[in-house]
Amino acid sequence: MTPADAPPPVATYALRLGDDALVLAQRLSEWAAKAPELEEDVALTNIGLDLLGQARSLLAYAGETVGGPGGQARTEDDLAFLRGEREFLNCQLVEQPGGDFATTIARQLLFSAYQYELYLALQDSRNDTLAAVAAKAVKEVSYHRDHATQWTLRLGDGTEESHRRMQDGLDALWPYTAELFEVDDLLRALVGDGVAADPERLRPAWASYLEPVLVEATLDVPETSRAPSGGRRGVHTETLGYLLAEMQYLHRCHPGATW
Amino acid sequence: MTASATARAVLDAVVDPEIPVLTIADLGVLRDVQEIDGHVEVTITPTYSGCPAMDAIRADIVAALRGAGYGDVAVRTVLSPAWTTDWMTDDGRRKLAESGIAPPGQRGPGPVLLELGIRCPLCGSTDTRLSSRFGSTACKALRVCNACREPFDHFKSI
Repeated sequence: MTPADAPPPVATYALRLGDDALVLAQRLSEWAAKAPELEEDVALTNIGLDLLGQARSLLAYAGETVGGPGGQARTEDDLAFLRGEREFLNCQLVEQPGGDFATTIARQLLFSAYQYELYLALQDSRNDTLAAVAAKAVKEVSYHRDHATQWTLRLGDGTEESHRRMQDGLDALWPYTAELFEVDDLLRALVGDGVAADPERLRPAWASYLEPVLVEATLDVPETSRAPSGGRRGVHTETLGYLLAEMQYLHRCHPGATW
Repeated sequence: MTASATARAVLDAVVDPEIPVLTIADLGVLRDVQEIDGHVEVTITPTYSGCPAMDAIRADIVAALRGAGYGDVAVRTVLSPAWTTDWMTDDGRRKLAESGIAPPGQRGPGPVLLELGIRCPLCGSTDTRLSSRFGSTACKALRVCNACREPFDHFKSI
């Protein structure tokens, strides 16, 4: 790709954030009718719905901004259903399988605490669309974070079995959090322009939210030097392909299908 | 009555498809109505980013205005400023309570969760507890009244 063909950096940034929300929404939808209690079926799918709404706004904006072959705008549906695995720019944390309920709660805690700080900061973005999406989403995510926190406390400081599962979930997913705070050239430039949130500033706030929650839940902060990475460049774990196959099946079999 | 006020009156009767005791004006979803030479532009804002009722609301707005003789209608959706339950009218809050849904409290500054003294819409007691943060729609939480033991929906502050 020559620099002239490269999408505007802000479109790539919107895609990264939108893909995070879209892929996690799809993962949460897998809990419909399978959660340990009816309230959780409703809660996890409602959280997924909020994320899907955020993804739609972000992908629609990315599509208008990036354009497609011949400079035509791409719709949110084009981006969600017609891109291949290597074109998705989500972090690897959100694509990991839901695992058991404790693992899903661990991811919700780690990711919603990150997304809360992200959207809080992005409200002040110089990009009006990103600021508007963030101002709306931060209120939704405050409920997601609270939900995950309450469950983390209940499971972590619960029975021996629930504690073990909660700790296992945290241990499995913790390495993937490093990628949330990675900085590359694109991000550095957008941060410099006042468009993107600075990951290096998000990390301390994220950590200081999590620490007392984990202490109260009697959980240990996992110690690991593993830090898988690559999602922002389209490099994913094997599991994303299966997720996309399910999410994109209908649209690809019946192009242009509407409800 | 100006032409624009007529269009506004038509829109004041459009109800929310998920909570039909409220109009979209009561909810604060209806942000603006402009009429220029028979062309009506309506501005709405979603309650939640993923609110699935937006398509139905858009269709209901167009249908209501067409029914009143406005053929040229555009519905614009804006995200900013972000919707807040503080925009819900007093009339809307009263209608919610009358239909068994506890209305939202006034929100503090910032995206903080502070929900105290939520009154049971059935018996009026403030001795209620949270059962689930997410209810039958994204905008509602499930609560239980400790006094009369009945569960009820609460329109949560956002």
